[in-house]
Amino acid sequence: MKRVVITGAGTINALGHTVDETLDAMREGRCGIGALEFRDVERLAITIGGQVKGFEADSQFNRQQMALYDRFTQFTLIAAREAITQSGLEFIGDLAARAGVVLGTAGGGVSTWDDNYRSVYEDGKNRVHPFVVPKLMNNAAASHVSMEYNLKGPSFTVSTACASSNHAMAQAFQMVRSGMSPAMVTGGSESMLCFGGVKAWEGLRVMSKDACRPFSANRNGMVQGEGAGVFVFEEYEHAKARGAEILAEVIGYAMSSDASDIVMPSKQGAARAISGAMRDARINPEEVGYINAHGTGTAANDKTECAAVADAFGPHADNLMMSSTKSMHGHLIGGTGAVELLACIMAVRDGVIAPTIGYEEPDPECALDIVPNEAREAKVDVALSNAFAFGGLNAVLALRKV
Amino acid sequence: MDVRDKVIKIIADQAMIEPSDVTDDSTLEDLGIDSLGLVESIFAIEEEFDIQIPFNANEPSESDFDITNVGAIVAGIRKLVAEQTS
Repeated sequence: MKRVVITGAGTINALGHTVDETLDAMREGRCGIGALEFRDVERLAITIGGQVKGFEADSQFNRQQMALYDRFTQFTLIAAREAITQSGLEFIGDLAARAGVVLGTAGGGVSTWDDNYRSVYEDGKNRVHPFVVPKLMNNAAASHVSMEYNLKGPSFTVSTACASSNHAMAQAFQMVRSGMSPAMVTGGSESMLCFGGVKAWEGLRVMSKDACRPFSANRNGMVQGEGAGVFVFEEYEHAKARGAEILAEVIGYAMSSDASDIVMPSKQGAARAISGAMRDARINPEEVGYINAHGTGTAANDKTECAAVADAFGPHADNLMMSSTKSMHGHLIGGTGAVELLACIMAVRDGVIAPTIGYEEPDPECALDIVPNEAREAKVDVALSNAFAFGGLNAVLALRKV
Repeated sequence: MDVRDKVIKIIADQAMIEPSDVTDDSTLEDLGIDSLGLVESIFAIEEEFDIQIPFNANEPSESDFDITNVGAIVAGIRKLVAEQTS
């Protein structure tokens, strides 16, 4: 088995348009959630979200590209450029033939669906742009990354709702660890912040109208976000030989399925994924210093997640830190695990633990150290990143300081 | 702008060149417009004139619409526009 390290990271989300901006915001406990701005927002009951602001796609992409790139693809390409540039890898020859891109998204080109349904249903038009299908398909982002960077190896899109990115990164990790590929581009993206995208979530009645307050007794639901996180996972010797900067090592993962309910989470399913990731990484629970929680801010997730952590860690659950950065960037759905992995990198590399902001009242059912409101300096060797999706599909990744 | 000017403007936009560089003899291949670009141009022309162009991207040569060169395309559009207004 090969060792797998992260040699590039990129993002765009409500906290920043780069990794540095995002990590600065997490250190400062800044909130990226605010008033949503898009057509017909006044018809929504939920009008807040972690929207990417100040992003002018027209200045990044030419007209031909704009015709083909949904916003989720635009986000992916911005994040991929940052990650691949940082890695310093150039995909040519044998490396290009073996390197691929595995990305997660839950909805794909949601605003492309939304705009064109509006056009044919509401506006009564009988003709849509010829690129509607290639623009909205869930694999569009992965395909455009592969074309842009000449990635000719295994490439596909994983869609497991809120765990999409973690499942995608688990696949990429496995490919590098097994020796199948020397390097993989991986992560995920989501852009559901349009009228139809938010309206659909409203229907579930789990959305907060004012803030995402994970683990706080007065929490009242989740808040959607948008954006992308992309990484370069590279075989350790390959990275070392070329003197690449290593951000962290990916040491293990596990996936599990609750096989129980389409929306309600299961303590057992979550605990099995957490324990499985530690087993796969060959670590003892005591080595884990930080968990980036799934922490959606719903009643159901937060207490189930805390109970699962208590089960998986036993007494050590009281010694580790667990925060939910969704309180700052919102829930990026299929892209969320990718952006949240940045908080794990910051924990093991920089010794800075991103806080759970908006925390107001302790909840006896969430009695762990959730790093309330302010970032904390702490030495952490191993960090886990949790993702527990609707449909009961769970994926947990483990990172270690290098 | 008459039909010809409008069609040439759409084709030139697609090819990212000046309309003055597009002649009746130009083929889409000459202009660097690929199959996807052709489909996009057909869409833009349909939108501009509110017409239906009988074009099948699977077999362009079998369509009842001549795309041999720009002159043929303009002639085809003129005919469709005339039929639509008659």
